[in-house]
Amino acid sequence: MKVGVVTFPGSLDDVDAQRAVRIGGNEAVALWHGDADLKGVDAIVLPGGFSYGDYLRCGAISRFAPVMDKVVEAAGAGMPVLGICNGFQILCESHLLPGALIRNDHRKFVCRDQLLRIENNRTPWTSAYEQGQEIRIVLKNGEGGFVADAATLERIEGEGQVVARYLELNPNGSLNDIAGVTNERGNVVGLMPHPEHAVEELTGSGLDGLGFFTSLVEHTFA
Amino acid sequence: MPKPEILDPQGKAVQGALPRLGFTGVTDVRQGKRFEIELDGEVTDAVLAQVEKMAETLLSNPVIENYTVSVEQ
Repeated sequence: MKVGVVTFPGSLDDVDAQRAVRIGGNEAVALWHGDADLKGVDAIVLPGGFSYGDYLRCGAISRFAPVMDKVVEAAGAGMPVLGICNGFQILCESHLLPGALIRNDHRKFVCRDQLLRIENNRTPWTSAYEQGQEIRIVLKNGEGGFVADAATLERIEGEGQVVARYLELNPNGSLNDIAGVTNERGNVVGLMPHPEHAVEELTGSGLDGLGFFTSLVEHTFA
Repeated sequence: MPKPEILDPQGKAVQGALPRLGFTGVTDVRQGKRFEIELDGEVTDAVLAQVEKMAETLLSNPVIENYTVSVEQ
């Protein structure tokens, strides 16, 4: 599969995401925020970083980048889209995902190897994991507190739209320990921790993040 | 402004600093944003509707924030 990785001004983890895509067995295609062109990709990753300097709100300006019109359109047609960290914030600002991400409740940047539980392995990004599987990948954010109103929270919990949940401790004040969510259709996934940093033994905390990038293949042939 | 039910860590930080400076009796602080937008010509209903649209689509995130628009001539 061809997986597009969008680079915004201020993206940090786009090259890591491209690398993870290749290690996961897919072809990485670099996409540029200013081009309204998805170059024929089959799936899209919005990487981590500080796009547009996090000005206004994290992801608020990126949402209106020319490429995002195409991403929103493709997501609506069912294309798998994964937003990691800043990418998750962009997806929430685009209203492709429910809720929003606000400053960590303790107001400090957090960087740690974080234990998670995969709560939904029915998405194209998580199908390589067992339901309930525990994985440890790096978390690094200043504005990673997931919030939503009570009705939305109840709905996404009830509909199984929580994709991953923090274990051991809640690192940023996210409601219900939510680390990642998906849309109603299940093709768009946002995750605050960084699976692309856990795909090789040499660097990172292990290989626990690889599943996010191998799931696409399994999904295609499933 | 952040909606009342949304945690405002920045406001909490300010609230925590005030007693240290000797300001007492503050029970809550919420921090928001203010945009000053200069417009050409008369502020008609159509122009105001456009500003409302700006507020709703870009300047605020309706999931976590409320906004008000006021006109100063």
